[in-house]
Amino acid sequence: MRTESSTLRSLAQAILPLFWSATGVWASEPNGPAANATNIFAPASTPAKSIADLSLFVLIITGLIFAVVFALIVYCLVKFRDRATAAGREPAQVYGSTQIELAWTVIPILIVVVLFLASARVIHAIQDAPEPPNAVDVTVIGHQYWWEFRYPKLGIVTANELHIPVSEPGHPTPTFMQLLSADTDHSFWVPEIAGKTDLVPNHPNKMWMDPKRTGLFLGQCAQYCGVQHAKMLLRVSVDSPADFAAWVQAQQKSAVEDETVAAGRRVFESNACMNCHAITGTAANGRFGPDLTHLMSRATIAAGAAQNTHANLRLWVKDPSAFKPGCLMPAMQLSDADLDAVVSYMETLR
Amino acid sequence: MSSNVITIPGVQIEARPWVDELHQWLTTVDHKRLGILYILSALLFLVIGGVEAIIIRIQLIHSHNNFVSPQVFNRMFTMHGTTMIFFVAMPLLFGFANYLVPLMIGARDMAFPRLNALSFWLSFLGALLLYFSFLGGGGLYGAGNAPDAGWWAYAPLGARAFSPGHSFDYWTLALLVSGFGSMGTAINIIATVLCLRCPGMTLSRMPLFAWLNLVMAGMVLLVISPLTAAQIMLLVDRYLGGHFFDTQAGGSAVLWMHFFWIFGHPEVYVLVIPAFAFASEIIPVFSRKPIFGYPVMVAATVSIGFVSMSVWAHHMFTVGMNSYANSFFAITTMAVGVPTGIKIFNWIGTMWGGRIQFKTAMLFCIAFLFQFLLAGLTGIMQAAVPFDWQLSLSYFVVAHFHYVIVGGILFAMFGAFYYWYPKMTGRMLSERLGKWHFWLFLIGFHMTFTVMHIPGLLGMPRRIYTYEPGRGWDTLNLIVSIGAFIQAIAILVFVANLIISYFKGAPAGNDPWDAWTLEWSVSSPPPAYNFATVPTVASRRPLWDQKHPEDPDSRYE
Repeated sequence: MRTESSTLRSLAQAILPLFWSATGVWASEPNGPAANATNIFAPASTPAKSIADLSLFVLIITGLIFAVVFALIVYCLVKFRDRATAAGREPAQVYGSTQIELAWTVIPILIVVVLFLASARVIHAIQDAPEPPNAVDVTVIGHQYWWEFRYPKLGIVTANELHIPVSEPGHPTPTFMQLLSADTDHSFWVPEIAGKTDLVPNHPNKMWMDPKRTGLFLGQCAQYCGVQHAKMLLRVSVDSPADFAAWVQAQQKSAVEDETVAAGRRVFESNACMNCHAITGTAANGRFGPDLTHLMSRATIAAGAAQNTHANLRLWVKDPSAFKPGCLMPAMQLSDADLDAVVSYMETLR
Repeated sequence: MSSNVITIPGVQIEARPWVDELHQWLTTVDHKRLGILYILSALLFLVIGGVEAIIIRIQLIHSHNNFVSPQVFNRMFTMHGTTMIFFVAMPLLFGFANYLVPLMIGARDMAFPRLNALSFWLSFLGALLLYFSFLGGGGLYGAGNAPDAGWWAYAPLGARAFSPGHSFDYWTLALLVSGFGSMGTAINIIATVLCLRCPGMTLSRMPLFAWLNLVMAGMVLLVISPLTAAQIMLLVDRYLGGHFFDTQAGGSAVLWMHFFWIFGHPEVYVLVIPAFAFASEIIPVFSRKPIFGYPVMVAATVSIGFVSMSVWAHHMFTVGMNSYANSFFAITTMAVGVPTGIKIFNWIGTMWGGRIQFKTAMLFCIAFLFQFLLAGLTGIMQAAVPFDWQLSLSYFVVAHFHYVIVGGILFAMFGAFYYWYPKMTGRMLSERLGKWHFWLFLIGFHMTFTVMHIPGLLGMPRRIYTYEPGRGWDTLNLIVSIGAFIQAIAILVFVANLIISYFKGAPAGNDPWDAWTLEWSVSSPPPAYNFATVPTVASRRPLWDQKHPEDPDSRYE
């Protein structure tokens, strides 16, 4: 397969720009360029890359089949269309041909064998890859409409924005994830990093990735999980080793204690907030909602549905259904004073 | 054969009052009337399911649209999928099978006429139950009317914790009840084909239409059973404290997936094999040649039937099966492509050297060929498991299966309407409106479902009620939605054609297409008893033998 895939690769490289332009045309929106466009043919990680290569191989073969059969049909329609000159005469009645039937049975079988072998190789390479000892471990738990990320070796709990280190060629640091679900089925999909794997209750799954370039990669829940399936967005931040180390260090700290916002903290702890949310170092240790210990280190709230700004945060606490109708966080009916106090408190959670 | 069409002199049938006429229709056990009832109820639900699709497409026309709430959107795609599969596609195919199988094999009715009526009314009751959820589903819990768990209702979304109230029960009961109807019809088709063929019609002389419907009926029996079992288990979970699929009490979500897809994937072939049957009757007649490779076509169909029973878990490549299971289902899925490919080649072989007449029925079958070819090829892409890890659950899949069900099955069905409507009503459908219908639907179809592949490649998952701007999906979704409107207009043209032609169409006569199977030997519409004297056949094309006594088929078979 090695030699075959190298010739295929050169073929693929000739065709790749076609796909880029075909899929890239749509990346330009009327209101400005789509900075956040994702594309399965722009892989940034080994699993996504081997899938993209296999995909191009399959696309070439199926494309050739299509071209041949399409041409046959068109030729047939043009050549054998009803002509006035032949009016009334029936054409020669042909019932079949064993040789021809044999040919168009055997050739497809051979194509199937080739496609299967190519697929099986990639299945094995991705699914059965051993976990190296220096891999970063993450436990991903799907909840109705948000993601919980736990780093068991590092003692970190966070939500919705996954931070992982870039995997440099000389020093590979892949990330291996265990996928769990707290309620319904979900699916972890960041197209440029890997194919998707479902998070199924009572059925732990695994997947891994080793992104080769830093940056922000977008994805979202792909398995219908309930009312707000559409706004269960995913952000994967691939950090340089230094940035990742700094992020880990910051996340490992307890929550900032700031006496100027003690009033807001009292609001948080005397309402139902603390039943669902955890803030380390305080009495709040609920696990139904995202951990808020380092809320302000995240760029978005509501599983990516809104930017983490003061106005959005205040509106979210006041009435979560403004961003996500049907989400499970209730509106707490706080007075304006309490609302301002609790938002001020949350804004100290860096 | 024309001796089989008799008029009874001296017998005058008086026009009955409409109440009597209605009573006749509601209590009928005539396979032709039941066939038409199936078709009419399917057309009604085609329009309803189409309206749901239009609501979905308006909501997705641009990012952050607020046309409907997420709750309503989720109900719409659930109802759309359930309606189109169970209450449009299956009844349409059963309707044509009911109407045509006895006529084609020279029988006077189905083997069990009363079971036939019971089956139709069970299916129709199922559809009514599903739609009654809009009225009765809200129940005590304020939990929403109409089911919203998706048409495959993955556990544990169907558990009471996630689907409180009764709307989801209506979904379960609808599938349960209509499933019994489907099994009744399947038993009936099998018994009819095996026991009621006219003298001379050996299995190897049966029209392909009857063969393919026999295979379809056998599959229905095998695959509806696990679906029915799963619905009963779900009801046990919901009302008797069972834990088959209740994951919070240790039940298995994956078990439901297996149960559902061992029904759900063969179901695709249950739907597409009758579409093959339409194409296998229409393409030869409008190419003026017999079907190419009849025995191979039968063998290919039977092997599709067998192999398609072992491919179900290709819907589950992302669920976390091990690499061996994934490889197994990859090879079986790709293997189905072989007999399917053989069928496409044989249809081309049929047209090759023929004299192709581009009537509307034929146009739909040609478009079916193109689109089914493409649908098969995108299916092969998804059988390549790693590729599927990207494509699965994305809009690429939605595009793929609409290519199968609309581009393949529905196009072939439209072909069947244009081909057999004259037989059923005695009037020709307008070719002029037919061409409008064809071209509008073709353009709309490709704007919608060809374009829809691309957002999938760009990472757009299915079943989302809205999406973020700046992902590169807006323009594409706008085109897709415009295509949906064009298809809706085409459907209106089609319905108008059905109605106008019923009253004003040109009289059809017995055999408007100069065709070769037995249904064209009787009057249009056929008399209640079908054949005054049971015909005797000597080849696969009895009417060809009759029209060409100097060169009959029976000499070569």
